[in-house]
Amino acid sequence: MSTATRTATSDPAGRPSGHATPRPGRASRLRGRPGFYRSYEQELALFNTRPKQVGVAVLVAFGLLMPWVLTDPLLQTLAVAFVFAIGALGLNIVTGLAGQVSLGHAFFLGIGAYTAAAISGDPEGRTIGFGITFLPLWLIAAGVVAAVAGVIVAPLATRLRGLYLAIVTLGLVFLGEHIFKEWQDLTGGAGVGREAATPEMFGYAFDEDNTFLTQDQNLYLLMFVLLLIFALFARNLARSKVGRAFAAVRDRDVAAEMMGINLGRAKLLAFAISSFYAGCAGALLYTITGFFDPASFNLLLSVQFIAMVLIGGAGTVAGTIMGALFISLLPSLTREVPSYLPFISRQVTDIPNVFQLEQILYGLLIVGFLLFEPRGLFGIWIRIRNYWKSWPFSY
Amino acid sequence: MIAFLEAFIRGLGIGSVYALLAIGFVIIYKSTGVISFAQPAMMISGAVVVSYVVPAIGFVLLPGLAFIVAMLIGAIAIAALALGVERAAIRPMVGRPVFVVAIITIGLDIAIRVVANGFIGLGARPIGDPWGLTRFSIGDLQVQWRHVAMMITTALVLAVLFWFFRYTRFGLAMRAAAFDQEAALTQGVSVGSVFAMSWAMAGGLAALAGALLATGAGVDQQMWIVALAALPAIILGGLDSLEGAVIGGLAVGVVESLVGSYQRQFAPWLGDNFAVVSPYMLMLLVLLARPYGLFGTPEVKRV
Repeated sequence: MSTATRTATSDPAGRPSGHATPRPGRASRLRGRPGFYRSYEQELALFNTRPKQVGVAVLVAFGLLMPWVLTDPLLQTLAVAFVFAIGALGLNIVTGLAGQVSLGHAFFLGIGAYTAAAISGDPEGRTIGFGITFLPLWLIAAGVVAAVAGVIVAPLATRLRGLYLAIVTLGLVFLGEHIFKEWQDLTGGAGVGREAATPEMFGYAFDEDNTFLTQDQNLYLLMFVLLLIFALFARNLARSKVGRAFAAVRDRDVAAEMMGINLGRAKLLAFAISSFYAGCAGALLYTITGFFDPASFNLLLSVQFIAMVLIGGAGTVAGTIMGALFISLLPSLTREVPSYLPFISRQVTDIPNVFQLEQILYGLLIVGFLLFEPRGLFGIWIRIRNYWKSWPFSY
Repeated sequence: MIAFLEAFIRGLGIGSVYALLAIGFVIIYKSTGVISFAQPAMMISGAVVVSYVVPAIGFVLLPGLAFIVAMLIGAIAIAALALGVERAAIRPMVGRPVFVVAIITIGLDIAIRVVANGFIGLGARPIGDPWGLTRFSIGDLQVQWRHVAMMITTALVLAVLFWFFRYTRFGLAMRAAAFDQEAALTQGVSVGSVFAMSWAMAGGLAALAGALLATGAGVDQQMWIVALAALPAIILGGLDSLEGAVIGGLAVGVVESLVGSYQRQFAPWLGDNFAVVSPYMLMLLVLLARPYGLFGTPEVKRV
């Protein structure tokens, strides 16, 4: 895109713009030249090339068809992966786009999960609950409460840079885990847990079988549609004024400040939006399994999100979703390994077992991708695309 | 008063282990500009090596001597491991953003820890130290031998480090490289070997810390979380200050121990085990007042 020719100063007829020419956004495209833009609006469009438009449409149609193709357990895995993708998109905004390293994503996820669970929980139950099961309400509330927490943390972030920030957000995870374990009225306490939010809207329960769809098909479709909404918003944010400000802060904060970007406000906003995503993801994540424990929101969860963003490709929406799907489907893949390598056991008590393999793979994948393909899965895609774009002269 | 003193000494003991870990973090940070999140894995691997070496050499040497020799062997082994890790995964990343390198060390930490956990097994693994939980008394004061051993070891290590940085050529080279990498390069300092050396030293220190922490109860899979308590310590002291690391480590140890003794009595609403997270609380409070820690150099922005 950066190499694309820009001809915004004149319209196709060669007259200078500003006269009574057609709106530049409507400028026609040249056939067979997808990288050739005739206006800024064209380049900044949400899906700026025809192949992108077609590709996204095909992927969405494909995704919507899946519930009638795949088995229910696989659909459930994919639904979880979609929720992880929503959370990873949030981390991508603060880390990939605004360049602020956050190891505290699990903390905001937890806040969202408990807000949603408390709002939709049974008022008569063992843990706090208000009995409002309307999905949009608890989803947005979870996001907003997490965003408020993000805003509270952000003043620290604006004072600290780089690795200081990473360590402070790491401390946040430990503090959060402690609070979640101790606030037993809300969370049920360690080892006990509480029931998650109920996904219900206008009397339609997503977590139950009905005459048309099974529970897993319902949840898959719900999460898929929500992921689409969140991804669209994230992509839109990246091309807006705010998103460009974030990128400027990431690339060089001093220069960004000189250009009139209020650093404090940009970082605050980045943390707030990222936490909103995390809160929503936390609220949704456990509706699939129905139950969750305060020990879930640990450092490993944060690291998983980092791995998703980095393996997928930091700063890109498509890459982050790829990374989230990849990392979430990794356990299902490693479970199959013992069939091919019999010395790896399926039992936790044996060594080596699949769980160890899975963890080692997390670690080595992060290291390997950063060493050999820093742009992640998205970078691999770009390389494949460029190879075929210029084929047969691909050198 | 006796209870307070006992908690204080306990805190100094554990705090001196935090100081060892914190020095490792600071040495790597000063020479490479990166925080190595792989230190917990190094620490736990060190404890594992010691727990296997002690029984192997135990029949030749006295029990106490066997543990000391095993600690040295463990430190050298983990230093070698750290050298390998640095060469394979960190050196190729020279010049890349520090954040990316830090994330690589997280990946390394996960991978190494899985292997170490495989050798530990599910329960706690005794490390074969001669002290266990035995104690001696001065008047009414009861002190655990292991805490004394921690303080003595840390004091010895600090003395060696002081001598190394002050009086050896390579120590001078490391200080020069930490001060200004390019200037050091032009003066003939091999910055590559400084990187390698800093990782090896940090690995060795982490191994010592792991062996000391595992005295008493043995080494288990959860011990790596303790190593992260050294992070508040270095933040307290400032990321680039060795003295700060020692003071921060001791402070964190003492605060943790005092909170553990008194919090249930005075602030039960903070919940059980608040002592474990108190270092992070302390870190947040200090950072609100001083964004670069107590002894860290403020980063000067030149526009």
